[in-house]
Amino acid sequence: MFRRLETAGRVETVTVSVGGKPVTLPRGETAAAALVAAGEAVGRTTPVTGAPRGPYCMMGVCFDCLVMIDGAPNRQACMIEIREGMRIDRQDGARRLGG
Amino acid sequence: MTDIRDRQADIIVVGGGLVGSAIAYGLTRHAPRVMLLDEGDRAFRATRGNFGLVWVQSKGDGAPHYTHWTRNSQERWTDFAAELKARTGVDTHHENDGGLTLCLSEAEFLDRRALMERHRRDAGNRGFEYKMLRLPELRELVPEAGDSVYGASFTPYDGCANPLFTLRAVHEGFDQLGGIYRPDHAVVAIEHKDGIFRLETRHGTYEAPRVVIAAGNMTPGLARQVGLEIPLNPQRGEILVTERIAPFMRLPTQNMRQTVEGSIIMGDSKEDVGFDTATDTGVISDIAARAVTAFPILRDVPVVRAWAALRVLSPDGLPIYAESQTCPGAFATICHSGVTLAAAHANELGGWLMGADRPEAIAKLGPERFHVS
Amino acid sequence: MSAQWDLAVIGAGPAGMTAAMTAARLGLKVGLLDEQPRPGGQIYRNPAQPTPEVLEALGEDYAHGMKLIERFRAADIDYRPGATVWDVTADGEIAFLRDGVAGEIRARHVLLATGAIERPVPVPGWTLPGAMTVGAAQILLKTGGYVPDHPAVLVGGGPLLYLVAWQYLKAGAQIGAILETVPRSNLWSALPHAPGMLRQGRLLAKGRRWLRDLRAARVRRIRGVTDVRIEGDGAAEAVSFQARGRRQTIQTPLVLLHEGVIPNTHVSLALGLEHGWNDVQQWWQPRLDEWGRADKTGFSVAGDGAGIWGAEAAEHLGLLAAHGAAMALGGDSLDQTGVAEARTALNAAAGARAFLDRFYRPARSQRVPAADDTIACRCEEVTAGQVRHAARLGALGLTQAKAYTRCGMGPCQGRLCAPTVSALIAETRGLDDADVPAYRPRPPFKPVTLGALAAPAFRAKAG
Repeated sequence: MFRRLETAGRVETVTVSVGGKPVTLPRGETAAAALVAAGEAVGRTTPVTGAPRGPYCMMGVCFDCLVMIDGAPNRQACMIEIREGMRIDRQDGARRLGG
Repeated sequence: MTDIRDRQADIIVVGGGLVGSAIAYGLTRHAPRVMLLDEGDRAFRATRGNFGLVWVQSKGDGAPHYTHWTRNSQERWTDFAAELKARTGVDTHHENDGGLTLCLSEAEFLDRRALMERHRRDAGNRGFEYKMLRLPELRELVPEAGDSVYGASFTPYDGCANPLFTLRAVHEGFDQLGGIYRPDHAVVAIEHKDGIFRLETRHGTYEAPRVVIAAGNMTPGLARQVGLEIPLNPQRGEILVTERIAPFMRLPTQNMRQTVEGSIIMGDSKEDVGFDTATDTGVISDIAARAVTAFPILRDVPVVRAWAALRVLSPDGLPIYAESQTCPGAFATICHSGVTLAAAHANELGGWLMGADRPEAIAKLGPERFHVS
Repeated sequence: MSAQWDLAVIGAGPAGMTAAMTAARLGLKVGLLDEQPRPGGQIYRNPAQPTPEVLEALGEDYAHGMKLIERFRAADIDYRPGATVWDVTADGEIAFLRDGVAGEIRARHVLLATGAIERPVPVPGWTLPGAMTVGAAQILLKTGGYVPDHPAVLVGGGPLLYLVAWQYLKAGAQIGAILETVPRSNLWSALPHAPGMLRQGRLLAKGRRWLRDLRAARVRRIRGVTDVRIEGDGAAEAVSFQARGRRQTIQTPLVLLHEGVIPNTHVSLALGLEHGWNDVQQWWQPRLDEWGRADKTGFSVAGDGAGIWGAEAAEHLGLLAAHGAAMALGGDSLDQTGVAEARTALNAAAGARAFLDRFYRPARSQRVPAADDTIACRCEEVTAGQVRHAARLGALGLTQAKAYTRCGMGPCQGRLCAPTVSALIAETRGLDDADVPAYRPRPPFKPVTLGALAAPAFRAKAG
């Protein structure tokens, strides 16, 4: 859905995995931006009907960008900065404990 | 202008929480025109603070009549839930697979066993089944129990229901049975004249020859106006609710259960603070700490909401069902187990409230027990 | 041992930053808790590494914000970024988490500068991936230089919609269309306030420039749009709408919605501060004195959280609120010139705001779903029809509606559905919007794990 503007300047980057796929993007961006950069429109399916959802507000209000981060579910992707090696995975339905 | 008939009924129930609503629902079988006057959106509604146990195992130590009344309701609950579902399509999510009370030490475990044994003795011919489970046996039922848990008591009578859906189902059912529900009609005064009760609200006055005051913590003030003294000690209880997670708790415990939707609700703090529904940071933290001690697996489950509601408690903690001597036709009740007792309230009180004899089961639950003679 | 501050500011947008800087200058011991990792709030949400290309696209207002942030960073303030505040007690005890670590601070005065959120736009299909807010798209632009790779369709009204369209234009991104949903009749209620708008020359010139540039680039603008639906199977594929008496459809994987912003009152409502209904902005705002102080002693609100005034006015409100807090704490060394300047600027801004609020007042159909199967509460997937049913059954407010339907019980805690659910209740019960009580948020103000809540720092002090 989105592309990043080219820049002539130098930018420090970080590599994360989105659904197992490596994605490199500038340090300081959020996990939700990483989803967008990876071309992933869907970050989760709802625990109610299993409907697919993706980032909606990007400012911590809607909680539709909840994903698994480094194995922990229900993390607000738009509020979390990426770190080198971070694993961002889609979550489906209600979380399972200890899984 | 409203028709005068819109303001009259055969009996008016004051209070649209679960206690008043269940009574009003049951009354539709005994009176053609039942009216339920409720508060507005911000009522101090205890139903919202109830986490939905249909619970027997700790009710009525030293008061077997209360245990019996509780069990009457518990035994009726399955049919009650089915009736509501059939009538309204609303599922109360009633479950009756038994319940646990966790004990965190050997001392607690032994006290608990003594209590269960007293219940068994008091139950007489009715019987009272229970099991005391040490941690390994407990883990066969709930494998997630933490290492700090010593054991638990189990009885097959316990269960749960969603209090909010129950309230909704009862309201829908009441509506379908021809009941008249008026929200935002908090009753501010009651006058008794020529055998008629006149109930004043911000939207005018309502009249009936019979009135039931089931207005939770507002009950004593209104009851006094019809000659009834109802002693009350409101007690704050706090509740935490988590995000939905996949089912893991097979059985409810006394202070924690998982709803059908997947949320875990937990609570049970006891603070005597009067009419205050503000939450307290420290109490929220304590409830959370107890939960992760019992089930360490819950450690990274987010809490979505914490709230406080007022438990409607009499001085001995048991319900009060009162009939006025000075204003015949006036009744009042307070009760903090609105969910557990809903089935009894809907099925066993209607006749009495419309003029028949008081049911034997509640004979010892009158306000007389507090009168110093 | 928890820290003690004279003034705790919550939120590092323009109001919070200015309030904190002003209060520090007035001699108060000031701390600021903000959820973001870097200061600036949403309006000046800034990248860790701004590139010239992104700054160029964002324009001069953003450059002003960068300077404000620089000054803030240099001021004597106990600044704690990345802090999720989850509870504030009546006596100023603030419980928060940073990186999952519990923190508690006591402040003599608490100033909420929690800004604005975008008004929900509950049209059919608004939950599909690919349907986002215009503000969300702008955050992606600000923080990472992301622009749509297919022509996006922008739907709604309000200055931000045109600003983002213009920023996309400058960044070389294509725009499929701008669908304008604001009723044309709004002009008549706005017109009496036109003089106030006309006196704001710079603001007016900006708006003119955006529209002129959009016109020059032949961006398609369709006016009088109604009955918007986002269509797609599992993700947005198209947007359809009614305009000039016929139904039209535009294929696009990205639909950006905007119907203005409303105060983020989540914490001020949770604290039980008195609020009043703003019928023009269609949302609640705390009732404050001329220094931003609330009805409860020890609490103030500044910036868009106090009513939508915009970023520039937020700085002035922040300055005034800092003075209000300082006076409440017994201070008397006021910056008379600064206060006078702020009041003059706010008076001028109020004139323009009165016009803009009325001109861009959202169409009812964009606020209140007509179709019963449209989702009102995204978290619990409660439809407009279910809310209407609850209202008919007797729900006069969100508390009862929640009890009946679970709306507002999901992770967003009612932030996003409250405006829609209240409007549905008002419509069904024939009430004025102001007669449906505001929703009642509860702690934790954001979802917090049980493990974090159980931290020793938060435990009850007495036994």
